[in-house]
Amino acid sequence: MTTAPTGAGTAGTSTALLDVRGLKKVYQGRGRSVEAVRDLTFAVGPGELVCIVGPSGAGKTTLLRCVAGLLDCTSGEVVLEGEKVTGPPRGMAVVFQEYGRSLFPWMTVRQNVERPLKEKRVPKAERRRLVDEALEAVGLAKVHDSHPWQLSGGMQQRVAIARAVAYEPHILLMDEPFAAVDAQTRADLEDLVRSLWQRLGVTVLFVTHDIDESVYLGQRVIVLSNSPTVVLEEVRIDLPDERDQLTTRAEPRFAELRTRIYKLVQQAKDGHRPAE
Amino acid sequence: MTALGLLRRALLLLAMPVVLVAAWWVATAGSTDFFWPPLSTILGTFDDTWFHGRITGDVLPSLGRLAAGYLLALALGVGLGVAIGSVRVLRALLEPVLEFFRAIPSPVLVPILMLFAGIGNGMKILVIVSGCVWPVLLNTVEGVRALDEVLRDTARCYRMRPHSRLVHLVLRGASPQITAGARQALSIGIILMVISEMFAASNGVGFTIIQFQRGFSIPQMWSGIILLGLIGIALSAAFHVVETRVLRWYTGLRRAQREG
Repeated sequence: MTTAPTGAGTAGTSTALLDVRGLKKVYQGRGRSVEAVRDLTFAVGPGELVCIVGPSGAGKTTLLRCVAGLLDCTSGEVVLEGEKVTGPPRGMAVVFQEYGRSLFPWMTVRQNVERPLKEKRVPKAERRRLVDEALEAVGLAKVHDSHPWQLSGGMQQRVAIARAVAYEPHILLMDEPFAAVDAQTRADLEDLVRSLWQRLGVTVLFVTHDIDESVYLGQRVIVLSNSPTVVLEEVRIDLPDERDQLTTRAEPRFAELRTRIYKLVQQAKDGHRPAE
Repeated sequence: MTALGLLRRALLLLAMPVVLVAAWWVATAGSTDFFWPPLSTILGTFDDTWFHGRITGDVLPSLGRLAAGYLLALALGVGLGVAIGSVRVLRALLEPVLEFFRAIPSPVLVPILMLFAGIGNGMKILVIVSGCVWPVLLNTVEGVRALDEVLRDTARCYRMRPHSRLVHLVLRGASPQITAGARQALSIGIILMVISEMFAASNGVGFTIIQFQRGFSIPQMWSGIILLGLIGIALSAAFHVVETRVLRWYTGLRRAQREG
């Protein structure tokens, strides 16, 4: 370990919106068990945008599914707004990597965005406003009567983002949401996430394997070790809040941070782990 | 679609039936064989045979029993199928038994069902249900099992309630398979509608055809068989209309996937 963690929100503080404490996940198979996540502890403060990076197979998706309440953890706990997560919590929305599989193909774009609001029993007029605003915000106001499969991949992921935004979550989980879209669309969607985050003040936990993306988006980047996963290091991204695909990525500080995280991920791949 | 394209489709659709009917007409024209009367004779008796009382007296009762049995089988098959498809224990428990029951040809159940349910409408409807329920049930189980994991996760994340999960996720998601099962069940239903009337009945298309056969009214018997064919075509066309509506999203999705 060369640098001390420089996390903004330290684990265990009562001000954290999301608190992950000693999270461990062991998959029980027939006659063998696989320890995917060993001991993860981190916190995300209200309104923060935190990225999680790690080598492939680092248990990023396992972590996210535990946080989302889709998967029971073996030990440790996930606390969201003071309440222990035992199933999908109320104030949370998730954007999955597989946009094509997370939208209901038998519903129109509008119905897809509206469905969760109906489940929340939001009154009709309010629902209408939220859906319109969300679709407007992601630049899809014109296609609300299309079905998802009539749209390009990037647009489908915008629908998933609109659905999450309309839900008015306190925390937004994103699981490698742009891994399957082309590079240009990806840059647009990154900017979309930044601008939505700034405008809505929503807390975002963004899981990615793309180092550049994590530096460009995050206020803080948590680097994971390889499996069984622990937190290798937290890196504070001290870039200005106004970010721009051209200038931000050209800044020397961006390059430094990128290099640092890149080295960390390389170390993680080589099996380097923090002293226990 | 252009007028020319429409014409082309109509030609393709009708060419083969026209050829077959013409072949039948020519082959049997002037036939003196008692069992193979000329098609012209068969068609000549059609109006007399069916359109003077038998529509309400025989055809509608048949169709009524078919509708009752078919809809009952749909409800039963989808209901059980969703339960079995969703609960792993239930599936493990019931799958071998289901395979056994499915393998039993429904017509052999007629004598048994007659013992329990008599020879009235109830028995005939039960026979139709006992045959139609399997393709619906087994396809529904497959459809529910094949539901996308990510979609299930999405429904959980957005805290969809059980009722709307059933309606908006499970049933819609399994609808392609359910429809496939329902289509198979429809043709089975028509067969069983006829068979159930051949054993013990006092009305119905199947009953009437058997009566004609026993009374050596051969042209009338043939006209009944043609009528059954026409009923089959009409029902399958009606099914197609419903199917196209229900599965519009699915055909669109499939096309998009092929092209993408």
